[in-house]
Amino acid sequence: MTKCLILSMEEWAEKKNKKKIVVEKINLKIGEFTCVEPISLINTFNAAVLGSWLDSSEITIEIIPFEGKCSKCNRLYFPKKENGYKSPCCNFNLEEIISGRELKIASIDFKEK
Amino acid sequence: MHLPISDKIELNILHQNSHQAEKNKVKFNNYNLLCLNIMSSPGAGKTRLLEITLEDLSKKFHSAVLEGDMTTNLDAARLEKLNIPVVPITTGRACHLDANMVSGGLKLLEKKINPDLLDILLVENVGNLVCPAEFEIGEHFKVALLSITEGEDKPLKYPIMFREADLILITKVDLLPYLNFDINELKSNITSTNPKADVIEISSVTKSGFDLWQDWISKKILKFKNN
Repeated sequence: MTKCLILSMEEWAEKKNKKKIVVEKINLKIGEFTCVEPISLINTFNAAVLGSWLDSSEITIEIIPFEGKCSKCNRLYFPKKENGYKSPCCNFNLEEIISGRELKIASIDFKEK
Repeated sequence: MHLPISDKIELNILHQNSHQAEKNKVKFNNYNLLCLNIMSSPGAGKTRLLEITLEDLSKKFHSAVLEGDMTTNLDAARLEKLNIPVVPITTGRACHLDANMVSGGLKLLEKKINPDLLDILLVENVGNLVCPAEFEIGEHFKVALLSITEGEDKPLKYPIMFREADLILITKVDLLPYLNFDINELKSNITSTNPKADVIEISSVTKSGFDLWQDWISKKILKFKNN
């Protein structure tokens, strides 16, 4: 995942002329229902970019809650593994996921040299 | 130095992989070749499943395998004995196959056989219940294996794998009489995480469930070819 993030940054920077910019912050949106552990992503990113053009950049992560929709009564709810991800209102299986699958670079804060 | 600029890009971190996966899928479609991504934890029985499956399947359909493994070609060597085209993909330290690796594997497969002659490509992913679930490879269907020795709670602990799967094979069911294992609890955990998945109980020892699994594959191939 860290490699994918760095490749995405490289792709973005190619359009900006990487030598003329300094990236200050990479603002991510990471859903709770993904395979990403935010602190691990930050740590591996920091280690991977040491000495590179992204060395001085900082990762910020907005956690997007895992939210489902009960297919019986249409109420939104926060699925929990302790409850088998079922809706607490009607005890229905997890059919529709509203949010929590996000793996996004929301924005990049940078300065021109 | 100028003032900071905020570029709001809203870009999927995995977009490069997704883009390559789409390209792989277009290739599979052009070859009229159905691709299954077979995933599980290490030791759930993926390679043994493929050995038994391909003995029968390759009599009806032209089959090939891309065999993902971190460090060896041992699994690929087992499958090559079945006289079908097998391409090993050794991932090194990577704990999953990604779309680029599968694209490379497909290029090697093209040197062994014209994929137009194939009906189905089985991709055995690296044994891991986490990362393979997030990385599309261009497959048409995802198949997840879960052996009963892993415990009833795994669909709840690794929900993304079991949520993403189109078919879940519960393996090693011949061990049920010897384990304190509640298969109904496992099925309930699968259904609550992914109500849309098909579920088949299977044993590579007694061969129970293989008729249902072969039937599932055959129907998918025929439906794919007719579209």
